[in-house]
Amino acid sequence: MKKENDSLKKSAMINPDARMSAKVFADDIEKAPMRDGFGSGAVEAGKADSRVVVLCADVSESTRAEQFQKEFPDRFVEMGVAEQNMAGVAAGMAAAGKIPFIASYAVFSPGRNYEHIRTTIALNQMSVKICGMHAGVSVGPDGATHQMLEDIGMMRMLPNMTVIAPCDAEEARKAIVAAATTDGPIYIRFGRAVTPTFTTSETPFEIGKALLLWDSPVGGGTLKIAILSTGSLGYTALCAARTLAEEGIECVVLHVPTVKPLDTEAVLDVAKRAGRVVTIEEHQVAGGFGSAITEFLSEQYPVPIHRLGIQDQFGQSGQPDELLAHYGLDVLHIADAIRAFIHI
Amino acid sequence: MALTEEQLLTLEKRAKSIRETIVQMLVAAGSGHTAGSLGMADIFAAFYFHILNHDPKWPEWEERDRLVLSNGHICPVLYATMAHAGYFPIEECLSLRKFGSRLQGHPDRLVLPGVETTSGPLGEGLSQAAGIAYAFRMDDKMWDIGSPTSDVGLPISKHGRRIYCVMSDGEQEEGSTWEAAMFIGKNKLSNLTAIIDRNNIQIGGMTEDIMPLEPLADKYRAFNWHVLEVDGHNITEFIQAIDEAKTIDEKPTLIIAHTIPGKGVPEIENDYHWHGKVPTDEEGERFLKEIRHD
Repeated sequence: MKKENDSLKKSAMINPDARMSAKVFADDIEKAPMRDGFGSGAVEAGKADSRVVVLCADVSESTRAEQFQKEFPDRFVEMGVAEQNMAGVAAGMAAAGKIPFIASYAVFSPGRNYEHIRTTIALNQMSVKICGMHAGVSVGPDGATHQMLEDIGMMRMLPNMTVIAPCDAEEARKAIVAAATTDGPIYIRFGRAVTPTFTTSETPFEIGKALLLWDSPVGGGTLKIAILSTGSLGYTALCAARTLAEEGIECVVLHVPTVKPLDTEAVLDVAKRAGRVVTIEEHQVAGGFGSAITEFLSEQYPVPIHRLGIQDQFGQSGQPDELLAHYGLDVLHIADAIRAFIHI
Repeated sequence: MALTEEQLLTLEKRAKSIRETIVQMLVAAGSGHTAGSLGMADIFAAFYFHILNHDPKWPEWEERDRLVLSNGHICPVLYATMAHAGYFPIEECLSLRKFGSRLQGHPDRLVLPGVETTSGPLGEGLSQAAGIAYAFRMDDKMWDIGSPTSDVGLPISKHGRRIYCVMSDGEQEEGSTWEAAMFIGKNKLSNLTAIIDRNNIQIGGMTEDIMPLEPLADKYRAFNWHVLEVDGHNITEFIQAIDEAKTIDEKPTLIIAHTIPGKGVPEIENDYHWHGKVPTDEEGERFLKEIRHD
């Protein structure tokens, strides 16, 4: 064990600038569902700016919108199970000077109400913040109908739309606070499962900026792979990097919470350094984060790319961990996929 | 705000000029929607020359009333009326639907000041109007204006800004319209008045054949709306309904305006084929004569 730790120090390490939790790889790392960050972030944004309002489609408890509702009952609007109207009402409220956050499950918003978002929010350039909860297969037992896997693609195709997929509850909180002070339509994606909160209040977050989680020390061995992740799989990517580092496979992990606009500088930098890229997302590989990276790099700096995610299929019922394993998105499978990719 | 005889005559004259401009712009555009645009000329004249609190030279004025056109395809009547009201030169109407024009095929609020929302896709305007109405009501509340029964005697709304939403009858087939109707009824958004252009046609035929809407008034009443029905070509009657809506505090009001599609051009009146068709140069000349003769 001691020997392994030594080799870890020499070859690769956590990026200290990411200011991650001291318990990042400890068993007792704090865990929370990402939507907790929506609740606390909305309250924080609401305290800072009285124009912030929250609209919710009958899911205020599970989205954590209820925290805002308790704090600001006059600025919380219950929309009922009517996501299309929710998008339009939010657009109207933005036209009247409010900063509306709309919260529902991602399958319904932006799934069900896509064209309403397209016309009344994106084309109309209204400063509405769309918060899509319960995205990804890790929604678990509810099954395929409720596991949104196409939202990043739908939203990133829309002109004027910013797309953010935070990695944990703390980053989700920061994304909400930042969205409230950033003009224009923004989509923010949340997972349902309880996941490690590995970033801290000190971890840098800026819309449009990627963050190095794991890096190779200058002068270290040869960098084999750049692992780019977005959303809930950021921690998994980090753990996979550690596993690979223990075997002497050097890698860099770039967490990319803002899928649009991409931090092209950071993406280009790691692609150049590693010469080989793997992307990780809890989303269809077609049209999502991996596609965004592939589109960019194929034009700017073509390198071999392997996209990990959901491979053109729907999800199913199960526990989050077993589903992620089934679809090849746990540490074990990701590390395997990367080993195979490196040795091609 | 009862109309004098002179005011009525002026408004009717305005409506006639608006109809002429609509025909001219549609001929020039070569595509667009004729029937609904002509049918709503009287109501738009009433709005922009009598009802709305607005300033064509200051479109972004905060205190203005808001008119949301949900069925954006009848924008020729919106553009023609705005031009006559002084928002932009009347000649610009001939740029309708042309490359680089501010008069997009369906209204775009980003390019034409005075247009409240980008619209066209049906079933979305009522939601946006509801959002504006709800936000204004929040503002009034936040500024501690007091209730209607307040001892201080302050008005319920500091601004008194009113929100109008013009819809087609065809878009009552969109489910989202009813989501909005339910929300507005629940929240008693009495600062909002919706108008349905009940002309009985839609692109593929008569509404009652395609998808029956009746009893439309009862449906809205069941959603907790105050409903009025008027002759949409009787400007006096329409303005009376608008005034009545202002006195209803406990409910939103819907005005079902019975109109004749293609109104002013007898040869196309009530013919659904003219929903999405425009006159040729020759027809245009004839239509203009009919409008002037009417």
